[in-house]
Amino acid sequence: MTGQGVVWLGSPSFPEAAREALKDSQLRANLKRATGTIRDKRLAVASELDDWEALREAGAAIKKRTARHLDRYLVQLEESVTAAGGTVHWAADAGEANRIVAELVRATGEREVVKIKSMATQEIGLNEHLAEQGITAYETDLAELIVQLGDDRPSHILVPAIHKNRTEIRDLFTAEMGHWGQPAPDGLGDDPAELAEAARRHLRSKFLTAKVAVSGANFACADSGTVVIVESEGNGRMCLTLPETLITVMGIEKVVPTWSDLEVFLQLLPRSSTGERMNPYTSTWTGTTDGDGPSAFHLILLDNGRTDTLADEVGRQALACIRCSACLNVCPVFERTGGHAYGSVYPGPIGAVLTPQLVGVENAASLPFASTLCGACYDACPVKIDIPEVLAHLRAKVVESKGRTPEALAMKAAATVLDSPRLLGAAQKAASVGGRALARNGRIGRMPGPLAGWSDSRDTPAPPAESFRTWWRKNRETE
Amino acid sequence: MSSRETVLARIRAALADVPSEETPADVPVPRAYRRSHTEPGQDTVALFAERVADYRATVTRTHPAELPEAIATALTHRQARRLALPDGFPSDLLPAGDWEWHPEPLGTEALDALDGTVTLAAVGIAVTGTIVLDTGPGQGRRALTLVPDYHLCVIHAGQIADDVPDALARLDPTRPLTFISGPSATSDIELNRVEGVHGPRTLDVIIVETT
Repeated sequence: MTGQGVVWLGSPSFPEAAREALKDSQLRANLKRATGTIRDKRLAVASELDDWEALREAGAAIKKRTARHLDRYLVQLEESVTAAGGTVHWAADAGEANRIVAELVRATGEREVVKIKSMATQEIGLNEHLAEQGITAYETDLAELIVQLGDDRPSHILVPAIHKNRTEIRDLFTAEMGHWGQPAPDGLGDDPAELAEAARRHLRSKFLTAKVAVSGANFACADSGTVVIVESEGNGRMCLTLPETLITVMGIEKVVPTWSDLEVFLQLLPRSSTGERMNPYTSTWTGTTDGDGPSAFHLILLDNGRTDTLADEVGRQALACIRCSACLNVCPVFERTGGHAYGSVYPGPIGAVLTPQLVGVENAASLPFASTLCGACYDACPVKIDIPEVLAHLRAKVVESKGRTPEALAMKAAATVLDSPRLLGAAQKAASVGGRALARNGRIGRMPGPLAGWSDSRDTPAPPAESFRTWWRKNRETE
Repeated sequence: MSSRETVLARIRAALADVPSEETPADVPVPRAYRRSHTEPGQDTVALFAERVADYRATVTRTHPAELPEAIATALTHRQARRLALPDGFPSDLLPAGDWEWHPEPLGTEALDALDGTVTLAAVGIAVTGTIVLDTGPGQGRRALTLVPDYHLCVIHAGQIADDVPDALARLDPTRPLTFISGPSATSDIELNRVEGVHGPRTLDVIIVETT
């Protein structure tokens, strides 16, 4: 289902989907192990760099500079790519981007494309559109292959098939690979190395014969026109170099001003994402090169709600996201619900702020509430997106979009209070007095008056006698 | 209005809060981060060797006179006999012995039938253990180090940059670049690291030192 130009999983709103996911103890155990593992690796390699905070500051500032002068950088990128032999297309929405890709593929006379894992093409539902046009898109990233064979949806930005265990994957390969090409070998076991080998064989002939490839982009440098893909498996390199035609679909926010700005992002991204000093493969290309790689390169610049996001002075910082998924792995909510509950291709904390902005908050009203506002995502974000700030801001917009109810005013007040340490301190002090008066056995149940609707579905813990901030000031700050 | 004009107009409208006289330089980018994460006087060749090996690549350190022998030893160990030979690879580095050297041009199918490739490199990065190829002499088209299952890469100590900023400054972005940090790897199945899905499953690196 496509709503407002962004693919939806057709799942119910977050609270309902989360309730279902929470019943799945296997899923929860898988997630806990996965997020814990990546979290530890990330902390270890980030702490190797004693200037990590300075790198984050620089990354955030480059993204801010880019956003505030986005028109200029996109025009410069277009000039650079064109001068290097590429062709640039602009797509205002998902439908237009899909049409452009389908036309470009049709012009080659081909009916098959190989694909690199790409959030942008998932967002616009490209594979489904191509299928309607009689064009088969083969996902070549191992996790995306697992998802595609299972007619499933990705549940994590970095490891999209993390919700599947090895036995499920073995059964899927055995049952489905034959329908898409080279079948799985007889008696396939469930050892990860054996499964990876089956995927290698399955995709090998595709890589060696594919004439058209579709990719996303991690970065594109306005000054040089260089496009960058960061990956691990080599499927990206296969798609970028062996076919004759390469079509890259890139969100307009992926541009960076200069080639040398990559010195910041190539340090931040791998360490934040997979917890490695560097990912196994990074490919960069500038237009086309005679005798090496595709002879035709098309770059599609995709808006699809990004300019609406840019228009929101608080929310626009979400466009700085470099899709590392560090925020997912530290989020206590994501760890329990998994990615599918978020309903869009962007799960976790970044999804909770990005999706509602891409589609309009009224169309994703439950997502800004899919968070405890604990702030772990902000601490983990390599480009310092203040996700809790944007969440609070979007909550206010959600309730405003439903009319000027007392709840709307309360949420707006909450956003103001959370923005200011002084106001937050005062509010916590007031709450500890007022809230404790309401509580029974340390919980506040159904609240009176206009807050009844809100409190119907949740218990609120009674505020502590003193806030953490007060406690800190009393016990620690003077030390 | 074309979509190009539509998108650009939307961007300009969305940035109504940005003063028209503001330039990119007015948005400061603090560059307080380190140019290199090596320590003064640190042995960066040793660091490079350690970090490359950390990705489960095999690293050998040798000297110019012993280089052909080191190449022969690696090829023998990997049982790699039929090898792609990139344009510009110095013939005096090729070891004597029972090897089949396949020069360019090579079709994809022919490349797929070979055991491996021997190449030079453009730049190394010590802190991250990365090798960068820029398709210059002795490095080959990108496909040469991708399709065969084994890659033996020879890098000279002088090509090793301390860290990422230094390395990017040495590289020409208009050339197609491949940054390689260990062999192909995936962690997509229960986060178990598996070497090699589509790229070469085995990476050997020979560092050549002149002193």
